[in-house]
Amino acid sequence: MRFMPHGNLVSLTQMRPGQSGVVVRIQGGFGLVDRLNALGVIPGKRIAKISSMIARGPVTVEIDRAQVAIGFGMANRIIVELD
Amino acid sequence: MGNPNVGKSVIFSRLTGVRTTVSNYPGTTISYTRGFLKLGEEKVEVIDVPGTYTLEPTTEAEEIALQMLETGDIVINVVNATNLERSLYLSLQLLEREIPVVVALNLWDDARHRGINVDLERLRESLGVPVIPTIAITGEGIKELVENIPKATSPGTSARSRDHRWATIGGIIDQVQRVDHRHHTWLERLQDASVKPLTGGIIAVAVLVSAFLVIRFIGESLIGYVLDPLFNHLWAPVILSLSDLMGGSGFLHDVIVGKIAAGEVDFVESFGLLSSGLYVPFAMVLPYIISFYLVLGLLEDVGYLPRLAVLMDTIMHWLGLHGYAIIPTLLGLGCNVPAVMATRILESKRERFIASTLVSIAVPCAALQAMIFGLVGERGGQYVVVVYGTLFVAWVILGIILHHLVKGFSPELLIEIPPYRLPPWRIVLQKMWMRIYGFLAEAIPIILGAILLINVLYFFGVFEAIADFTAPVVTGLLGLPREAIISLVIGFLRKDVALGMLAPLPLSATQLVVASVVLAMLFPCIATFVVLLRELGVVNMFKSAGVMISAALVTGGILNLIL
Repeated sequence: MRFMPHGNLVSLTQMRPGQSGVVVRIQGGFGLVDRLNALGVIPGKRIAKISSMIARGPVTVEIDRAQVAIGFGMANRIIVELD
Repeated sequence: MGNPNVGKSVIFSRLTGVRTTVSNYPGTTISYTRGFLKLGEEKVEVIDVPGTYTLEPTTEAEEIALQMLETGDIVINVVNATNLERSLYLSLQLLEREIPVVVALNLWDDARHRGINVDLERLRESLGVPVIPTIAITGEGIKELVENIPKATSPGTSARSRDHRWATIGGIIDQVQRVDHRHHTWLERLQDASVKPLTGGIIAVAVLVSAFLVIRFIGESLIGYVLDPLFNHLWAPVILSLSDLMGGSGFLHDVIVGKIAAGEVDFVESFGLLSSGLYVPFAMVLPYIISFYLVLGLLEDVGYLPRLAVLMDTIMHWLGLHGYAIIPTLLGLGCNVPAVMATRILESKRERFIASTLVSIAVPCAALQAMIFGLVGERGGQYVVVVYGTLFVAWVILGIILHHLVKGFSPELLIEIPPYRLPPWRIVLQKMWMRIYGFLAEAIPIILGAILLINVLYFFGVFEAIADFTAPVVTGLLGLPREAIISLVIGFLRKDVALGMLAPLPLSATQLVVASVVLAMLFPCIATFVVLLRELGVVNMFKSAGVMISAALVTGGILNLIL
């Protein structure tokens, strides 16, 4: 599916808790993409940020109506278009 | 087959009667389990595999699941009714293969509670296979599931691309699922609060402190009100009579009844099979096994542990691990054996090495802890604190050292966090009973064997020889009387009995502290050793052992200096 991202593009770590948007792309190699794909984190999916943990801790998000915790480094490479 | 934490193992138990551990967090099942089911006239084999999100494996657990798939004739695809969006990804992949599938739509009651309505007929049509709603923990739907196993089919859809699969799921969901809008329940608010830094931290401290208090309370009550009276009033007279009958002394007497002095039985120091051999496991350790596993089971089944993993992730990274390694570590507080096996949920060899080594060194099992509370606690609560504090500091420092020394990578946290569920009492108690039974069946023979061995070694003077040989280290470095080495040697068999061996020695409180810490750290008990060997392989086992011994001696030496 094709869409033209045109709004605010931020990384998952830059999002604030409570914000939601759509995943636009994942900046990483196959390993990262594979792991995220298994849990449904793919471009085009709606994602909502629940919280982040201090000291570069994991980010908790809601995706596909379930909660997933994503490590900081990975979350940094997930680009989201905010609503 | 199905995603992690959807109820596969519960359904497996229902189908085969084989009891497997179930918990509310992903990664409980780490290797496959086999059982049998009577299907009409035939007896068929059923295999429970670890959860997987996809047939393109990203973790070792997923690889195991894929391998088992190749050996199967029919697949029971356990799908999470409360999260079709994710479950169906695996389902679609299964349907693209030639293997017949029947879908068990589990957590059906949970879905209803959350206002999720699934149109079963439409789902059956969309997938092309039988779909049976089930509530595994109550057993509803299981009979229907079994009846439909022969009707499993393979619609043989052609392979799709990943994007196509997700798009197909979207289409199916639109047709099949309807979610009623609901307000945030208090449970859901609690879920979110548990993961946010400030509230999460407070909740974590509250949970850990109350867990500790409850475990202590139940353990001590069982000892104080039930088991001590039982042993002192009912069993002691029996032992004394037996002692008289056997003449009060002699090798056989000491082995069976233990050393009795002045007409009174000291159950800890007597070292007879019928005295210490029964008192230590039943009256000192079992109460804590019961209380620990009750609390741990509750924490596991409520679903708190993955959230704790999120909170601890950054700290764990300093130790070369990631947050999820907190789960094997907590399991180690019960028994190091399942803890080391649980390190399989960690994805890299480096993490598994660090986690298992740290657990064996610095995490005392419930049996040892019970003895620490009993024997060290007698001298004063502050000494118990010193023991635990030292172990904790050692855990952290050793973790940091290993993090910098061990080569390899530690992947980042990526886990699904399950919703909080209030488990039915039946499940919690059943799991607790399984673990208690495991302790009784496995530990007691070893305890009795250890006591027998101690008596034999004393009798033949072997201990004297060992004590002479190791005296420089034991007295010089650790500041302990040379007899203490016996305790460390027995520690290879059972740590609880070994700590008990220190009781008759004239030790100052600080010496007891040093001895307890060294005993806990020095070398794993034989059960843990066997599992470590299997999980790490011989070479790494040697490295691990080297770390343990040096860490124990260094820590003991330092403690000796500063206390």
